[in-house]
Amino acid sequence: MKHLLGTEGLSAKTATAVLNTADNLKRTLLGREVHKLPTLRGRTVVTMFYENSTRTRASFEIAGKWMSADVVNVSASGSSVGKGESLRDTALTLSAAGADCVVIRHPASGAAQRLAHWLHAEGTAVVNAGDGMHEHPTQALLDAATLRERLGPLDGRRVAIVGDVLHSRVARSNVHLLSTLGAEVVLVAPPTLLPVGVASWPVAVSHTLDAELPSLDAIMMLRVQAERMHGGFFPSAREYSITYGLSEARQAMLPEHAVVLHPGPMLRGMEIASAVADSPRAAITEQVHNGVHVRMAVLYHLLAGEEATP
Amino acid sequence: MASRSRGAANSAGGRELLSAGDVARTIARMAHQIIEKTTLDAEHKPPVVLLGIPTRGTSLAARLRERITEFSGVDVPAGALDITLYRDDLRRRPNRPLAEISLPETGIDEALVILVDDVLFSGRTIRAALDALRDHGRPSAVQLAVLVDRGHRELPIRADYVGKNVPTSRDEDVVVRLADVDGADGVVVRGGRR
Repeated sequence: MKHLLGTEGLSAKTATAVLNTADNLKRTLLGREVHKLPTLRGRTVVTMFYENSTRTRASFEIAGKWMSADVVNVSASGSSVGKGESLRDTALTLSAAGADCVVIRHPASGAAQRLAHWLHAEGTAVVNAGDGMHEHPTQALLDAATLRERLGPLDGRRVAIVGDVLHSRVARSNVHLLSTLGAEVVLVAPPTLLPVGVASWPVAVSHTLDAELPSLDAIMMLRVQAERMHGGFFPSAREYSITYGLSEARQAMLPEHAVVLHPGPMLRGMEIASAVADSPRAAITEQVHNGVHVRMAVLYHLLAGEEATP
Repeated sequence: MASRSRGAANSAGGRELLSAGDVARTIARMAHQIIEKTTLDAEHKPPVVLLGIPTRGTSLAARLRERITEFSGVDVPAGALDITLYRDDLRRRPNRPLAEISLPETGIDEALVILVDDVLFSGRTIRAALDALRDHGRPSAVQLAVLVDRGHRELPIRADYVGKNVPTSRDEDVVVRLADVDGADGVVVRGGRR
């Protein structure tokens, strides 16, 4: 693995290797007072965030620090980006300053891909931490890690992804990763919130949530992304919530073992009822917890090992 | 560490160093030595913990534990200590998967930890293990048990219990095979440019 740009095209073997590493890292650190491994000492990880983020950024920073890498954060506000510097120039500057790995979040789909292309010759690894409406691979990996922990192997498991699939990079990354790992994915959304070309994805599509609930092993609720909605995708928030929100009544229709996931940030009362988010079957804080180990594993696979040295 | 081979199970070739019977006898002898040196059978026995370095060290530690229980009646906890994340050659070698870490529930604080590995070569694996131990706790003392000491140390490290000392040349491989990992016991020396 040279870069991690998306889960589309990520082989089952590589994905499983990363997940196993994350698993082992989690167990290695369990119960330890010192959450620090010397593995990436002397490596520099730069996070470039052109979009707001709490958990992803903190998670990457903690992951890097726990592996003893030096982590430098650059955000669009307060950097030369505000003076009009292009993405390419910013990236080349950071790479020239000694970054071994650049973690990027950007509002434009494909930004990570472009960056990887520019930085390939420099030997700098690129991790996509969310690009527009395209992919967010580490989120999908941490979701898979959480599901594996709760359900065991994902082969043959049925997972529903519910809500704003159109604007969701989390949904795209999960569709590819979960189906690569052998799970059956069903997208549940109003037709207006499904992307064009969904027919070519390895998924089933449904518009009625209630019909799917009893057969699910896991359900992933997506946030309705108001910041990307510039049209009338549904009549009202209240109607959306009633039709596609995970209420307590709907939760009762899920099988006993089913897991509730949410990539966060949650809009309680909109796509997920507050009581459901706090119920024991919700794995939302576990997702965040696993996120650190998954990102440590990704950095390990990118930065340790001889292929990583230019 | 660099050329220490944890060779494949089908490696029939090479000069035999220890037969299956020799391996069993050697492990038994090391168990006796551990009991004697740590005074495990005395009234005030120290809290001994065996920690194997994966893959074959873990299996050796489990077998030493069995023998020690058999000879002394004392059950010593055994575990595994993966040292991959502490290696100093991570950048020079292909990425390797991590192995299991399992420490005894009692922890290793104030314990007499005996590290167990199959082959002692450069000593770098053991240095990494000492670093890893430091992050897990503070043992009262650390000792080292190895099935084969093949020389060529690059660090000031020595073993407390050695199954067999074998003079080797640097470009030879010492291949240890153990029943539960490779199907059969045995140690052979292979290769060497001539």
